Amino acid sequence: MQKLINWIDERFPLIETFEYHMSKYYAPKNFNFWYYFGVLSIVVLVIQIITGIFLTMHYKPDTGLAFASVEYIMRDVEWGWLIRYMHSTGASMFFVVVYLHMYRGVIYGSYRKPRELLWIIGVIIFIALMAEAFMGYLLPWGNMSYWGAQVIISLFDAIPGVGPVLSEWIRGDFVVSDATLNRFFAFHVIAVPLVLIVLVFLHLVALHAVGSNNPDGVEIKKNKDENGIPKDGIAFHPYYTVKDIVGVVVFLMLFSAVVFFAPTMGGLFLEPDNFVPANILQTPPHIVPLWYFTPFYSVLRAVTSDFLPYVAGLVAVVTVLAYLDTKDTIRRIIYVAVAVVLAFGLLSGLLEAKVWGVILMGASLVVMFFLSWLDRSPVKSIRYRGWIYKLALAIFVLSFVVLGYLGMKSPSDIDLILFKNVIWAQIFTLLYFAFFFLMPFYTKWDKTKPVPERVTS
Amino acid sequence: MSKQGVDRTRRRLLTITTGIGAVGVGFVAAPFVISMMPSARAKAAGAPVEVDISKIEPGMKITVEWRGKPVWILRRTKEMLASLKKVEPEVADPHSKKSEQPTYVDPDNRASKPEYLVVLGVCTHLGCSPKDRLEPGNVGGMGDDWQGGFFCPCHGSKFDLAGRVFKNVPAPTNLPIPPYSYLTDSRIVIGVDQKGAA
Repeated sequence: MQKLINWIDERFPLIETFEYHMSKYYAPKNFNFWYYFGVLSIVVLVIQIITGIFLTMHYKPDTGLAFASVEYIMRDVEWGWLIRYMHSTGASMFFVVVYLHMYRGVIYGSYRKPRELLWIIGVIIFIALMAEAFMGYLLPWGNMSYWGAQVIISLFDAIPGVGPVLSEWIRGDFVVSDATLNRFFAFHVIAVPLVLIVLVFLHLVALHAVGSNNPDGVEIKKNKDENGIPKDGIAFHPYYTVKDIVGVVVFLMLFSAVVFFAPTMGGLFLEPDNFVPANILQTPPHIVPLWYFTPFYSVLRAVTSDFLPYVAGLVAVVTVLAYLDTKDTIRRIIYVAVAVVLAFGLLSGLLEAKVWGVILMGASLVVMFFLSWLDRSPVKSIRYRGWIYKLALAIFVLSFVVLGYLGMKSPSDIDLILFKNVIWAQIFTLLYFAFFFLMPFYTKWDKTKPVPERVTS
Repeated sequence: MSKQGVDRTRRRLLTITTGIGAVGVGFVAAPFVISMMPSARAKAAGAPVEVDISKIEPGMKITVEWRGKPVWILRRTKEMLASLKKVEPEVADPHSKKSEQPTYVDPDNRASKPEYLVVLGVCTHLGCSPKDRLEPGNVGGMGDDWQGGFFCPCHGSKFDLAGRVFKNVPAPTNLPIPPYSYLTDSRIVIGVDQKGAA
């Protein structure tokens, strides 16, 4: 065995790579529950790739055959139902673990210097994952698949000028059709998975270069012993590999429970309307995307022409705060100029409300890229932040959850109290953006607690 | 990057060849990008559709498929046509100035023969197909002053019985009217402009 390893090691940096990433990668010793979700997202990625390969053996990307081939997998292929339910459950669980992984990054300030690029690669992974999930959802060619794709591709139509040509290019036809299904299949099984794997690799390379953050937000590399090993670090292997295996086993128990006992999750993971083949003449009575898209979908639906003045109001508040925050004349001119352009666009009616809906939905994702620079708190972890940040974060989490809930409901119904759903969606859309755009100010005003030199246990 | 010991001639050559190489990559990429546009077959598939409208009862609607999209043909009653005047202050574009329709249809009732409304059943917001709410009154949560029309379940846009969009809903314009013409009094063809029309 040792001879074989030596033989390989002379031709490939086997030991060196293992040591760099595993046995001599020192991670902070105070990782808690929240630190399981990184490894869990890799586990789900592997589940999706393996189950996906086996589904591809039986699936047919053809509008005449697709729906029936999925039913064939469910009924006639040996164990096909299990493989498909693992894949459909895996899609939803992917977003569960990724959302929790991102939340961990937010509360412990893992996006702060020097981990900005790590965070940005993560946001790109998140967006690639959304594209992957969206295109995969068309493949069963159910009625919700069809109309969901119809709505999302029509978003590109809203772009002034190039919009219609762009959406024709995406569809490969004037409507969602066989050409669209075939290319979504190609993207879903080849292009995007390759991109995802490369991005995950880059995410890990960046992580291991800067080192993991921890619940205290203390840089362990600042305190090293005489051998150059961080005093608060422990080797990833064997300590965290063993710990992660425990987490993975518990996760797989929950995962199996969903696969075997609630694969549709009451319509959340697999929607009832998608058990009907696509009907191009009839929109389902209640069109909703899958739950993991609904917060952003709610933002899209919230934008009507009477909502735009309130968005302009938020722009005004942010501008006043930004203006007062600096003494630099050039910066002040830039802030006011940006605000005037935005206010003109919002209030002049030059761009339709529909276009603003698309812009705000895009902005609700793109704003995450800037998180590292929006946060100006002297501390990273929520443990040492003051009440203002904690309140802002609580409002943000509430907004995200409520927007997600409203995205599954009809906009003109009343499911919460007092107002129609669309009004609540508008209120929480403003709060969602306020969390990000007011962050430079409230993180500066907030009173923070002293951060310890070493991690706490 | 250090500028020391740079052979300027060689660097210029490398820069130029890299630039030309990038142009070549651009040219090679073009066929791949263009291959994703609608194919010749997709373009040819948009043939006109002939429809017999004599069997539609007054107040009833049929749906036919044209270019993969639903086209509605609604035979409007006198009351339905009268409702169009009533809702005029509430619709966003009552005279269809911003909306897509052939020149030979009336800009207000949006049909070449007022009785038969021929309209694309595709919401101008994000392409869902709106639902019938043809009856006036509070049916399906439309409110007591509802005069009849269509309701898009996706994002809550409302249209009147001429496919005109109401104010303060996400859809920006009226439902589009496809080109169509009458072959006889009882047969229309969708996708072919009326003769003599520009």
